Amino acid sequence: MSAHAMQKLYVFKIFERIWHWSQAGLIIFLLITGFEVHGSYANFGFEKAVNYHTIAAWSLVGLWVFAIFWHFTTGEWKQYIPTLAKVDAMAKYYLFGIFVNAPHPFRLTTLKKHNPLQRLAYLGVMLFIGPLIWFTGWFYIFFDKWHAWGWDKYLSLEWVAFFHTIAAFMMLLFLIAHVYLTTTGHTPLAHIKAMITGWEEVEAEEKK
Amino acid sequence: MRITHILLAALAGLSLAAGASEPPAAAPAAPAAAAAPAAPAKMLSSTADHSKFKELQQSFKSGPEVTKACLSCHTEAAKQIHKTKHWTWEWVNPENNQKLGKKNVINNFCTATASNEKFCSSCHVGYGMENAKTFDYTSETNVDCLVCHDTTGAYKKLPGLAGHPTYKDIEFPPGSGKIAKAVDLPKIAQAVGKTSRDTCGACHFFGGGGDAVKHGDLDSSLKKPAKYLDVHMDAKGLNFSCATCHATQGHNIPGSRYTPTGKAEDAAHMRGKENKGNPASCQSCHGSAPHKAKERLNSHTDKIACQTCHVPQFARAQPTKMTWDWSTAGKLTPDGKRMKIPDASGHHDKYDSIKGNFTYESDVVPEYAWLNGKVKYTLLGDPVNTQGVTKINEYGGSPTDGQSRIWPLKVFRGKQPYDLETKSLLVPHTAVGYGEKDDSGFWANYKWDAALKAGAAAAGQPFSGKFDFVSTEMSWPITHMVAPKADALTCTQCHAKNGRLASIKGVYMPRRDANGMLDIIGWLLAAATLAGVLIHGGLRTYLGRKG
Repeated sequence: MSAHAMQKLYVFKIFERIWHWSQAGLIIFLLITGFEVHGSYANFGFEKAVNYHTIAAWSLVGLWVFAIFWHFTTGEWKQYIPTLAKVDAMAKYYLFGIFVNAPHPFRLTTLKKHNPLQRLAYLGVMLFIGPLIWFTGWFYIFFDKWHAWGWDKYLSLEWVAFFHTIAAFMMLLFLIAHVYLTTTGHTPLAHIKAMITGWEEVEAEEKK
Repeated sequence: MRITHILLAALAGLSLAAGASEPPAAAPAAPAAAAAPAAPAKMLSSTADHSKFKELQQSFKSGPEVTKACLSCHTEAAKQIHKTKHWTWEWVNPENNQKLGKKNVINNFCTATASNEKFCSSCHVGYGMENAKTFDYTSETNVDCLVCHDTTGAYKKLPGLAGHPTYKDIEFPPGSGKIAKAVDLPKIAQAVGKTSRDTCGACHFFGGGGDAVKHGDLDSSLKKPAKYLDVHMDAKGLNFSCATCHATQGHNIPGSRYTPTGKAEDAAHMRGKENKGNPASCQSCHGSAPHKAKERLNSHTDKIACQTCHVPQFARAQPTKMTWDWSTAGKLTPDGKRMKIPDASGHHDKYDSIKGNFTYESDVVPEYAWLNGKVKYTLLGDPVNTQGVTKINEYGGSPTDGQSRIWPLKVFRGKQPYDLETKSLLVPHTAVGYGEKDDSGFWANYKWDAALKAGAAAAGQPFSGKFDFVSTEMSWPITHMVAPKADALTCTQCHAKNGRLASIKGVYMPRRDANGMLDIIGWLLAAATLAGVLIHGGLRTYLGRKG
């Protein structure tokens, strides 16, 4: 593997790591229970699946409230400002370079801990999939109030379910790709280790 | 000797008073009680003891005489009754001006009352209805108070007597050798009280010609039901009477199949407060969000009637009639006698010469439909559907009208006579009056031509003389016999591909409905992504090793 000298960098703070892993667990659990409610398979039984799904959903909402607060108070939200710079280089790297041990086009620092593709992907999860799944989910949860609130004139459960399912599939695709891409560090488990300990091993900057 | 009798009676009275929680019905068990003035064994909940009223201490000879006595105090009672369907047997549906009521509707059980009143009016709250067209609907003394207010259980109106009880011992049914005793009018009159499951049930449990025949959710098992059968009427529990829900004012009883409340929107309302809602709806007590422990269930109440989940089956205590084919009626034994063929259960007939073929079923899973409370009947003169099935009654309702909920129904199917030329349902003259010789009654002579001719004449309808039998169905919304919550439907009885609501349209149900195209695309993309990363990873490993 790489013969370069490695240097350790503290990139993922304690809150971030707790957030990440509990979110990961909740999302996987929501996918499992959600697709059971949807009718794709049977495991817990419909009633339990619905209850678990609802509890997990509210837990994730709570987690997001904290996460949003954290990102804005720490300024970490800037990590997700999208950039197109080097996106082509990243794509080229994953398509070709990675197979021939070419150098990674992105060098991680504490101020830029996500590569440009990551930024775009995570921003998409947080600004598109997230809201889509939350709003459709809330419409679902508050279905019993639709009539009293007059929403039944504008909403149809069929469409709410349709978009909720689309968002769920998108989350599933993200999950598969995301988990795979964690293995593309300098060792297959390097990124996962970093997400647990907070310390990422990066190639040492070449001194002038 | 006489003194010992009185002493014994006093002792019996004392012991009864001591066990005051027992109903007074125990009194006749003490052999000597009759000799002494009956001491009230139990504190009356009413403030009036009718046995003390001089007006009722007469030797009544007939029902109308009793009514006259009742009306001497209850001056407005008969006037109130006169306004009700129980009396008029007629009701005009304001939605479509259809004339309904027993006088006018045709069903697919015994079909219709016209020409059969002497028999059918044993369930009229009046005396002497021999002909619904000519009956004096203004008579106050012909109102039958006792049929609803009897508390003894001894008051009986036998079919064939035009709404009268028996005033002398008679052989009943005629030719059976059995004797029906004359009713003891003074005793019954002195014991009048509130209506009860027994009095309402005397007619409503036996609709369609026998116990449990008609409704499927109303039968004699409700006289003293256990909790499993009816949580509200549970004789050892809440012990509701019919009127607990059918809270009545001025003798006008709310909660009618002619004007069902498809979608009761009320919050629970306090009894006595003015409210235009139907008190005989679940919501009038429970409101629209009754599930406390499992709140998610409240998301169902806008679309689904309570009964759909809480009356999981009907005919749970005894079988109800599900089909009736009149076209086979009239087959006789070789020596020309009426025959009855019992069904597999042995408790019911599957064939009876006077009525045709039947089927009975127990624990029936209802059919389901959107109901908004509007109903249209196929009445005399309305065309039947000779190609398919004629709906005797058709309930309105749709997922989009905002006034409907999904309701459970008993759908009763049959075949009955119609006129080949007028295409109208026909009314057969079936039953004959007690002791009468009447050659046209089908149940006496098994001749369709004569029976249909007489029926049509009584109903005032033309009859071409040519008839056949047409398939009909009639829907009965199921609402009684509410099961304990543990027996209510579970989620997956509907939230499944082939669940109970499989045929219900206009509502999205998770696990029953999913967009098939979206699922295919979604799973294909997921599989492609997985395949993509596996190939990518495989290549990396392979090339990495090589390098």
